[in-house]
Amino acid sequence: MKHIQTVETRSLCESAKKGGCGECQTSCQSACKTSCGIANQQCEN
Amino acid sequence: MIHSYALNGYYIVIDVNSGSVHSMDRFAYDMVNRFEQMDREELIRTFTDSLYPNIPREEAEECYEDLCTLRDEGRLFTPDTYEDLADTMKQKSAGIIKALCLHVAHACNLNCSYCFASQGRFQGERALMSFETGKRALDFLVEHSGNRTNLEVDFFGGEPLLNFGVVKDLVRYARSIEKDVRKRFRFTLTTNGMDIDDEVIEFANKECTNVVLSLDGRKEIHDRFRKDYAGQGSFDRIVPKFQKLVKARGGKNYYIRGTFTHANPDFMKDIRVMKELGFTELSMEPVVCAPDDPCALTAEDREIVCREYEALALDMLESRREGKPYTFYHYMLDLKGGPCIYKRISGCGSGTEYMAVTPWGDLYPCHQFVGDEAFRLGDIWQGVTNHAVQEQFAGCNVYSRPECRDCWARLYCAGGCSANAFHATGSVQGIYAEGCELFKKRIECAIMLKLAEELGEPL
Repeated sequence: MKHIQTVETRSLCESAKKGGCGECQTSCQSACKTSCGIANQQCEN
Repeated sequence: MIHSYALNGYYIVIDVNSGSVHSMDRFAYDMVNRFEQMDREELIRTFTDSLYPNIPREEAEECYEDLCTLRDEGRLFTPDTYEDLADTMKQKSAGIIKALCLHVAHACNLNCSYCFASQGRFQGERALMSFETGKRALDFLVEHSGNRTNLEVDFFGGEPLLNFGVVKDLVRYARSIEKDVRKRFRFTLTTNGMDIDDEVIEFANKECTNVVLSLDGRKEIHDRFRKDYAGQGSFDRIVPKFQKLVKARGGKNYYIRGTFTHANPDFMKDIRVMKELGFTELSMEPVVCAPDDPCALTAEDREIVCREYEALALDMLESRREGKPYTFYHYMLDLKGGPCIYKRISGCGSGTEYMAVTPWGDLYPCHQFVGDEAFRLGDIWQGVTNHAVQEQFAGCNVYSRPECRDCWARLYCAGGCSANAFHATGSVQGIYAEGCELFKKRIECAIMLKLAEELGEPL
């Protein structure tokens, strides 16, 4: 596509099929303890 | 829903519900922003007749078709089909607890005036957690962890190193039962650094997956708030200890965690000091306090902070080019391996899968509610007995907050922090609007950084 570049990202729609294992880190435990950082977490699976 | 913005020469389009991120040139950016308001012919004619008369019609048609392709592939204008998943997740995780914030010390050897925890006492008396209470807390966690393997325990306070003996004994106990209970404990430590010595360094580097080290940046900024009880600043005492600990850790798995207040909304100056001191894993957070507190951020401060977030992103890019990269916690997005949609709609888990434990074994939804008796959930012997409060937290998700429904950032913040919402609005189901403003700016900067990393120069 001449005018558009797309970054590879995890498909949230696909993650609905097998996600939700609950093993990922609790966001508030990671660094800030005062402002939510869900986006900064990584999936364990 | 899409969110489009321009930053550092990039024209960025986020497809909110699929998670897709696109970098466009100005032509496509202008077209995607009109895509839903005009039909094909009107849009192409508008572009070729008035907006971009030098662009051939064939090229405009090609760009339009590209946008249609992305839409049809589920990477643009994707509908939100996740609302039912909020209940699914709630049912799947009901009763499961996987993380505890262990308040091993309601006491502190510093007297920081901006401390949300009232100098570590959490509006109560000084106290240290006994080994027996801590051991019961770990057993409680295992008993309620269901099928979760990864269990997280943060040693918190107050200053947890005031109770270092118990911290060590608790880790030793946890390691002794890990194999039998088929769990993996991950310990983290949040410290002001005053009591760090060689033994603490050896322990932290062997047992803690992450350590959070409190340092506000510039000496005069740090010492303004972070004084001991004699009124002496702590900067000169803690920095060498932090440097020694970080060096012994190989420079990994730690965060230098600063707080910015009304005194330093220009926090980039503090980031630069942290860099000069040799630290590369950085986190700066806005102060948590009442709006009328002298150190609270004002509207003018928040404008400065937003500019600083942009300056930080540019500085990180420049530092990377110079071969001296550093990280900022809130810019650490993993676009390929980030959280699944369940996590993104259900939030941090406070009050349900994450709780704080006081030195006496009382349970609270998280560390920021400790000391507020109305939020006491129960204790580690009887479990959760205040189901009404727990239900409030279990009901928190991006669909329970009306303000989040139309927000492009909702699947990055998962509805935000319930404690901040409560302190701002009196309801855990509210939103902390000032925090949202800063959060959205951080996400915009973080995504720009990822684009620069993945794609190089803008189109």
